[in-house]
This record gives sequence, C-alpha cells and structure tokens, in this order.
Amino acid sequence: MDVLDIIKPENRVFCKSKLMTDTALSYCPGCGHGTAHNLAMEVIDEMGIVEDTIGVAPVGCSVLAYDFMNIDMTQAAHGRAPAVATAIARTWPEKYVFTYQGDGDLAAIGSAETLHTCNRGENIVIIFVNNGIYGMTGGQMAPTTLPGMRTSTSPYGREIETMGSPLKMTELIANLPGVYYVTRQAVHTHKHARKAKKAIKKAFENTRLKKGLSFVEIVSNCNSGWKMNPIESNEWMVENMFPYFPLGDIKVNGKLK
Amino acid sequence: MAKVKGAIVVDTEKCKGCEVCMPVCQDNVISMSKEVNRKGYHYAYMSDPKACNGCTNCGLVCPDRAITVYRMKV
Repeated sequence: MDVLDIIKPENRVFCKSKLMTDTALSYCPGCGHGTAHNLAMEVIDEMGIVEDTIGVAPVGCSVLAYDFMNIDMTQAAHGRAPAVATAIARTWPEKYVFTYQGDGDLAAIGSAETLHTCNRGENIVIIFVNNGIYGMTGGQMAPTTLPGMRTSTSPYGREIETMGSPLKMTELIANLPGVYYVTRQAVHTHKHARKAKKAIKKAFENTRLKKGLSFVEIVSNCNSGWKMNPIESNEWMVENMFPYFPLGDIKVNGKLK
Repeated sequence: MAKVKGAIVVDTEKCKGCEVCMPVCQDNVISMSKEVNRKGYHYAYMSDPKACNGCTNCGLVCPDRAITVYRMKV
C-alpha cells in the first residue's frame, strides 16, 4: 500500500490544535514549553470551553504565549499573573481562568502573589513550567536550580550554604488549605505527555465544579540554558531533576497524598 | 485482527530538528534529513514508511506540532 493512500483527511488521527496560531513558536528546539502550550490548548478544545477561557501570560520565555494561543489572553507584570487571574476570576466567576508561568516568574518574583492566591483558594488553574533556570534572560540561577548546577550566575555550581536549597514550590503550595489539586508532571515522552494532559484536564474540570485552585507543575528541560542538546537535556532531567522533583499527584480532591 | 497502517506528514518549515520524536517512536520510523529547511534545521522525515502504525507518539511530544499523523485499517 502506498503512503499516499493513508494520507487522507478521513484518516487523520493527530494534528495541531486549532487553538494554536500558525505563528512559529519562539522557543528553542526541543523545549517543553511548546508541548505544554499545545496540551493546554488541546484540553480546552476538547472540553469545548474556548469561549469561556481566559489565560494570563507571564514574563519569561513564555511571555509571548498570547501570540501562540488562539484564545482570550492577557499578559501580567513579572510574577503577577495569579493576581491578575484573581481579578478576572472574581469579575467573571463563570469563566475558566488559567495562568501559565515559568519558575523565574512563579517561584521567584511572583512567590508572594502565588502563595497568597493559593492560600485564598481562587477558582483558577495555574500551569507552572519548571526548568530550573531563567531561560529568557540567558540562563541565570533560579530558585529551582539544583544544587551544584552551573548557571551563568552560579558558575561554580549552586552552593547550598550561600544560595540556599532549590525551592519546592509545589510541595509548599500543597499544604495550603485553599488548594484543591496539586500535581507534578513532565512532557518529554508520550507517556508523560498523556499523563500531563489528563492532569490539565482534571484541573479545568475542578474550575468547572468551582472546587478551588488547581496547580499543575510541569518539569521541563532548558537545553540552551543547560548547554546540552534536546535529547541529552531530557536524559539529564530524568537523572537529576526527577529525584529532587518527583512526579505524581501531591494533593487530590483537597487531600494530601 | 485488522492490521493498522500509519503515516506521518512533517511540516518541514516548522520542524526545528530537535529529535525528541525519534526515541519515542518504537518502530524507528523517523530519521533526520540531510537537507535543511529555511531556518537551517535538519527536519524529521519518515525514513521507514512501512513500519509506521500511526501511534501518534511522535506528534504528542513534538513541541512545535510539526507532525500530523494518519492511520487506517487495512
């Protein structure tokens, strides 16, 4: 059988979501941001909530998320996405509001907004992409940088004595009573991507049921920041990031696991 | 049991040649081309079309969603 017999519109089983624009993603090759964007948009498309969803883009690599996601979006000052999302969610309680943030945005400059939004238990979804580095500004050390990891501002590796330990934002947030669902996922293989998609879907379902805040962390790679090729960076992530940031559900239905 | 045949179409201008799709393909269907696209990336292509079963793994991990997957029963 010829390949051209298979390539017909009626046989199409997978293609780019129509909620992603045709703009070329500004991310480096192999970056998990692209997959995370697409998974979120696919979930919104499958749930049929396009008209009622409002996203908040952060500052960081994903600052241009509003160019890539073909839905209603706004963009917040650095770290303030949860505060902006709070305002939107309170103004339109029936809307689905989500923020899409990186670790420099959510865990560093926006730690206060994130903690207090989670503590208040606003009815929003937070998608947190953690790659352990400031990607956009040139690979500086982030709060989530692993011990001993070399970055442009920790050229001899992160020292715990002087620079502190990596911040486990997700575990910290899971202990707050207002938070309903907390999970940590990855997107580097098809199995992880399918699980991450399910987690994002569950998070939006929680918003539909007005259960409170859902927090989905996605451990990702930053191949240019880590100075590796995409495949190496994914392997490095499995070996080094996952022991410190173990994958899985941390809080389900308001109960810690 | 019905056999399933698959095929992928790669948007060569969108592909950034990150090779993330290669390890997730259990049948080793995908290779990187010798040619480059306009941005200078070696794009993915279906080097072994007979082996593809349209599992969608490659499409799911492609950050740029450059891969469209087709599948049919034969």
